[in-house]
Amino acid sequence: MDSLWTFLQFKDATLQLVTAGTVLIAMGASVVGCFAFLRKRALVGDAVAHAILPGIAVAFMLTAAKNPLILLSGALVSGWLALYCIEIIQKTSKLSADTAIAAVLGVFFGIGILLLTHIQHSDLENQSGLDRFLFGSAASMSTADLLTYAGVALFLLLAIAGLYKELKLFSFNPEYAQVLGLPVKTIRRLINSLTVMAIAIGIQSVGVVLMAALLITPAAAARAWTDRLLVMIFLAAGFAAFSALVGSYVSFSATAMPTGPWIVMSLSFLALISLFIAPQRGLLARLNRQRLNRIKILTENMLKAFYNLGERAGTYQKWLTAEDLARVRDFTHAELTQGLRILRKKHLVIPKQSGYRLSRQGLDEARRVVRLHRLWEMYLTQRMRMKSDHIHPNAETIEHIITPEIEEQLLRELDFPEKDPHSSPIPYPQ
Amino acid sequence: MIAETQEVIPALEVHNLSASYQRKPVLWDVDFQLPQGKLIGVVGPNGSGKTTLLKNIMGLMEPDSGYVKLFGEDLEKVRHRISYVPQRESVDWNFPASVRDVVEMGRYRKNRLFKRLKAQDHQLVTEALERVNLLELSQRQISQLSGGQQQRVFIARALAQQADLYLMDEPFVGVDAATEEALLELLTEMKNAGKTVVIVHHDLQTAYEYFDWTVLLNTRLVAAGPQESIFKKELLQEAYGGRLTVLSKIGDLMARKDFPARETGFKEKEGLGDG
Ligand SMILES: Nc1ncnc2c1ncn2[C@@H]1O[C@H](COP(=O)(O)OP(=O)(O)OP(=O)(O)O)[C@@H](O)[C@H]1O
Ligand SMILES: [Mg+2]
Repeated sequence: MDSLWTFLQFKDATLQLVTAGTVLIAMGASVVGCFAFLRKRALVGDAVAHAILPGIAVAFMLTAAKNPLILLSGALVSGWLALYCIEIIQKTSKLSADTAIAAVLGVFFGIGILLLTHIQHSDLENQSGLDRFLFGSAASMSTADLLTYAGVALFLLLAIAGLYKELKLFSFNPEYAQVLGLPVKTIRRLINSLTVMAIAIGIQSVGVVLMAALLITPAAAARAWTDRLLVMIFLAAGFAAFSALVGSYVSFSATAMPTGPWIVMSLSFLALISLFIAPQRGLLARLNRQRLNRIKILTENMLKAFYNLGERAGTYQKWLTAEDLARVRDFTHAELTQGLRILRKKHLVIPKQSGYRLSRQGLDEARRVVRLHRLWEMYLTQRMRMKSDHIHPNAETIEHIITPEIEEQLLRELDFPEKDPHSSPIPYPQ
Repeated sequence: MIAETQEVIPALEVHNLSASYQRKPVLWDVDFQLPQGKLIGVVGPNGSGKTTLLKNIMGLMEPDSGYVKLFGEDLEKVRHRISYVPQRESVDWNFPASVRDVVEMGRYRKNRLFKRLKAQDHQLVTEALERVNLLELSQRQISQLSGGQQQRVFIARALAQQADLYLMDEPFVGVDAATEEALLELLTEMKNAGKTVVIVHHDLQTAYEYFDWTVLLNTRLVAAGPQESIFKKELLQEAYGGRLTVLSKIGDLMARKDFPARETGFKEKEGLGDG
């Protein structure tokens, strides 16, 4: 924990710089990534990340320098070329989008590796360390690198802030943007350039292989929490910044540790948690909703069974056993136990040694469910002209969903009918 | 004087337009003019090129030949007077945006790229939402709307644009009978306010009832004109080739010239389950 304290104090100037730079780079990539994610261009991001490698290699071979601006220019050119190739292939051939993307990724990356190998076996000076582009190493960045990359990241963020509403429209409905007369060609070029730039500046800290994760994972994690684009962007930036801090800390405290993989690890962890526990859209919330729905359906069906038995016997005061209920409907043993327990807890049934009967509220509730079932059957036969022997299964599901407002409308439209299509009386509240 | 010239200038002129996808022709030499201030249907069977026609009119596609004039001008000159409602399925409704966000898009303009919307824009957005009856739902996420509500979001966005000519691609698809009626009322209101409304529609039966004018399309132009001149057995047969069941129904309707009161459909699925 000592190291965490030292880290958080940021006494070391280099540490400050590397950390701040990494955070800014990660934020830039994640914000650009939100739009790539929403435009369903995650794979394109991956292809561009790989396609940047030959650009960097050629830039290095031509100038024999590791000047960040020159390497960045090389990266931009080859990233752009890759995007262009993907577009051309899709337009002129009948290949599907993912085939085109995979083809471009493979070819560009292959060339990149070839060139890199060539450089490493040549006697160009200064050639060592180019492989850091493959896996990333934030610590190896010079001050000049960092300042350049951070500057670019800042530019990305400002460009997106300035054109936020147009980018939103363009991502949602590009044709409409065009119809409004917005410069969609320029916007498309801009967003492509921003993507290539975000990837190019991230590569040195995260590496070609993991770059797509830095682009897309924060967006995916953030999307789980919100339905607002602006909130999503800020959350994504926050996740990315936090993960960049984690990555920087790990490589600070254990010198052999690379930054990039730890950034991506942290991001993946955040994404996993988000997809699991986020309200509404998370897996847990969904499972819980499903469970509640299932319980609602089960208990309402049991109330109906009580009601049907009572209707036949002419009284709802008789004590009924689980076996009686199972005669009306195929409840499993487990369902009977669970359903009766819940009904008892809600005071909808009253237990006694010899069995159960509906309580007053229970009877009201049972009447409501039966009423909805029979009303819906009326609606199906009268309004949708379905045959009366075809409607029961449909009503079995719909009865559990109808809200009070819909019930009211049904009643009004059907003019408060007395009997359902099978001539059973429709029970009204008493 | 101004009113007179306006009546003379057609709202839309499509001149010898041909269009194709990867060289497969979809529109052949389509040529017609539409007057201002009418409610006009573009009618034809599936795949007859209705959407393609709208895309060519809106400059979303390059025609192989021919041209389009709007209020006697090229699209670029009168863009602000034209509003387009795309087919509902053309976007991903899971996009993180609220109803209001989408309607606001109708106020975006080329010359206001880096600027925020003005108070007046927000006012127009609110009015548009009110007209389609979505004001209470304006903060709701667009994926949590029924099909009919999503359609109304698109129409509100077009209304917020404050145009003179509206081109709508199948606004009645996925809409229940009650909403369809309300929409038709709104469109009629727009027409009465002097707007020209062009609706792509594929149901012949209701097309006769709804529109003042019809463009019958089936890859080529079958006919364009006021209702009485279009709804003739030969023309319909030409457009819908062989589908005689529809034709005989229409024939009956034509003979009687009155329509049974349409039933109101059941309430939209608002609040039903949570998907
Ligand atoms: N992007 C496309 N690429 C290739 N062919 C297309 C494309 N879009 C449409 N088509 C074809 O062009 C023809 C006309 O299509 P269009 O969408 O204009 O018809 P439509 O009248 O709008 O049909 P619908 O009633 O189904 O909406 C169809 O045969 C369709 O298969
Ligand atoms: Mg269409």
